Amino acid sequence: MSTQNLETIAAAFLGYIPHMRECGLSLVRGSPEGVELRMPFREDWVGDPIRGVLHTGPITVLVDSASGFAVLAATPVPETIATLDLRMDYLRPALRDKDLHCRAECFRLTSQIAFVRATVWQDDREQPVAISQSAFMRSSTGKPWKPEARA
Amino acid sequence: MSDAVTDSLADPFREARRLARESGDFSVLVATVPYARYLGVQLSLHEGRPRAMLPFRQELVGNPRLPALHGGITAAFMENAAMLHLLYQLETTRVPKSIDFSIDYLLPARTEELYADCEIGRMGSRVAQATIRCWQKSQDRPVAVARAHFLLMTPE
Repeated sequence: MSTQNLETIAAAFLGYIPHMRECGLSLVRGSPEGVELRMPFREDWVGDPIRGVLHTGPITVLVDSASGFAVLAATPVPETIATLDLRMDYLRPALRDKDLHCRAECFRLTSQIAFVRATVWQDDREQPVAISQSAFMRSSTGKPWKPEARA
Repeated sequence: MSDAVTDSLADPFREARRLARESGDFSVLVATVPYARYLGVQLSLHEGRPRAMLPFRQELVGNPRLPALHGGITAAFMENAAMLHLLYQLETTRVPKSIDFSIDYLLPARTEELYADCEIGRMGSRVAQATIRCWQKSQDRPVAVARAHFLLMTPE
């Protein structure tokens, strides 16, 4: 998908999907090679008030969203996808009062399955708070949608 | 400082845990974790074990066309179910730290309540392993299964 198409689709999705809008997700950059989403800090994301550390739940929400976008970005035309599985490794605590960034890349796209890896960080991309790997199922035909097929 | 205050500083979960264990009221325990409170996680005792429930609300939708809950919400709810289960069961003084989490999605989660049960497979002195099962209308048709490891912060 072209970067321009991706930006149009991302803007539509981020405003249209209730939980993405709720989380204030925004597209920082995107191309067929990968996408970067940002999630602003919110008091509700805290998991451990004593340590001042975010809960892992919002991090998983961000990763699932970005990973899905990475698949859409890698396919020629938008298609329906479903998450098969998703694994998170929490490498270090995510701290309160800081935004979260997630870069997700679809590193293998077959006719039916998309494989994605993602990295989450706050200040420093070289010090990730989480990494993830996931698999998505593509729409049943696995073929690009063609207008004439509907005739 | 009174003993009660010293105790509550030493273990902010003590009173919350006591309420849950003695009267099955988990609201104070949930309130100790801001994100669990935000999600709206509720717990109750079911055959003596905590069961988590997430009421549906529109802000949690991830696919308005199906419609279905956001996949991240199902995952986040299941992580909370395990974390709160550990807070309830252990005498830990801190929120258990997530080490890793892995989820398999089996069915789309519809726009209705989610339920989750958690089973602790291994409880070591430092690490706990949990398996979580999540369903909606029918307990024998899970929408997702997950496993997780937590690092425990036990009293000195």
